[in-house]
Amino acid sequence: MLHGEFGKARQWALEHQIQVGRMFDAQDMVQVSQAHMMADPESIGKAGVAFVEQFAELPESERRVAIPMITDPRGVDLTYYNPLGQTEEMANIERRFIAACQKLGIMMTDTCINYQTIMPPILGDHVAYGDTGVVIYSNSACGARSNFEGGPSALAAGLTGRTPRYGLHLDKNRQATRRYIVRQEPKDLTDWGVLGAVIGRKAGSYWEVPVIDGINRVPTSDEMKHMGAAMASYGSTPLFHIVSITPECRQLSDVGGDRLTAENITQDDLDALREPFGAKGEKVDVVVFAAPQLSLVEMQRVADLCCGKKIHQDTSLLVCTAPSVYVDAQRMGYNEAIESFGGKVLQGTCFYQQYAREIGEANGWKRLLSNSTKIVNILGGYGYLPALASMEDCVASAVAGEIV
Amino acid sequence: MARELKCHVGIGKTVTGEALVADDNFSARYDLDRIKGVFSRPQHALAGQSYVDKILVLNTAKGGVASAWMLHEMVARGIAPKAILFNTANTILAQGAALASMAMCDRFEDGDVTKLIKTGDIVTIYPEEGRVVVGSGDP
Repeated sequence: MLHGEFGKARQWALEHQIQVGRMFDAQDMVQVSQAHMMADPESIGKAGVAFVEQFAELPESERRVAIPMITDPRGVDLTYYNPLGQTEEMANIERRFIAACQKLGIMMTDTCINYQTIMPPILGDHVAYGDTGVVIYSNSACGARSNFEGGPSALAAGLTGRTPRYGLHLDKNRQATRRYIVRQEPKDLTDWGVLGAVIGRKAGSYWEVPVIDGINRVPTSDEMKHMGAAMASYGSTPLFHIVSITPECRQLSDVGGDRLTAENITQDDLDALREPFGAKGEKVDVVVFAAPQLSLVEMQRVADLCCGKKIHQDTSLLVCTAPSVYVDAQRMGYNEAIESFGGKVLQGTCFYQQYAREIGEANGWKRLLSNSTKIVNILGGYGYLPALASMEDCVASAVAGEIV
Repeated sequence: MARELKCHVGIGKTVTGEALVADDNFSARYDLDRIKGVFSRPQHALAGQSYVDKILVLNTAKGGVASAWMLHEMVARGIAPKAILFNTANTILAQGAALASMAMCDRFEDGDVTKLIKTGDIVTIYPEEGRVVVGSGDP
């Protein structure tokens, strides 16, 4: 493969994997069952599109991915981009990229909740997933084995069907290194996100594995999703265990947690995390439900909250979901309820991956409100003033035009 | 007088440049205005400073997977750092450096690299050998 007998796509892929594997002391490669590629047009740019297009021009036997390969959200909803202030140039990068991916045999699932919508991995399943939220959920809630595979590495894994065996593919790196005790049980999705963010920030590195004790109620898939996405966002954390809940940690000693000194997660820790994102009484420009994309269950809740109400004339509401959820939500009337309220449901995108700076400037959006602890962490760097509230308060604020 | 620092074998080719150092972390998506070439997240220790053609010296990588494509895109437009040194890299930044052909090393034997190198130091990185020379002349 390295000599190019299988074409230049696979040759590049293996060279890439060897370089990365060497940095992380991989001894060999491991077969993976799926690859999932993050590649929004803002991050890949024209250079990234051209990079993938060169492979799309190869003969079929040289360009087809070797294993099932799916995609993370797109940056442009091609059915709705002019009204957001996205340009034709942005849409064209997206069109070119989609065409190239399809020639490689990549399935355009455009979702960061593939574990809720496409095919969740199995305990012990080695996979090559992109999107930190997908990886942390798959490792922690499912017991699958993946490193954070950025777009190029996920593509390499798709082409070779393997990935270098380092990091979380190895048993020894899945043992806990930090132990936390939770004293305040989280209630809503935002509470779970804030808890994840606090632990991520405390753990603070890709190579730390938190084990969490003190959670007595089995969280829902959406709660785990928000917790994991926030933890990965604040800490670059790819795996956590919850005692008696996640599959690799039936008891504390399973992950070596009994040998670690415990640290309490205090109310002060949780309050301190929320503090920069409070802005009660201030005018809100845009309310966003995204990061991660909404499950069908979340879509139903947002629709219920919107039903029979009207958004404030100076406020916008965007809801991002997976294309497969969008279709179901359409059938069940959830999209209609949200759009009658004055919101917009986007399919196959996620707000922060869709030229957030440019659409903010085009629409004059500064004050952004969300129930996603992950998104408020990201968007400060994009020129927004992000604020955090529960889903209920987000919708109430959209009605009031100010943060309630 | 030059000093030599030992680190883990890294990514990319030998490169020399001026260091920009902070005891803070790095994400191309969260922290940068990639059009202007400056750190843009207000809370970042290097907020407002240009990273173009610098050798960044930071604590660790954080945040999402986007940086893996973004380094390549930044290099293609010529508005990019020359190299990044971390105390601890994560997989994403290493993968991004490999695609972008950007030098990157981490895990320094002598301790905290953000203390071992100062902003303005001239630094040469030898990723394939796992060593970094600070200052000019022979160490």
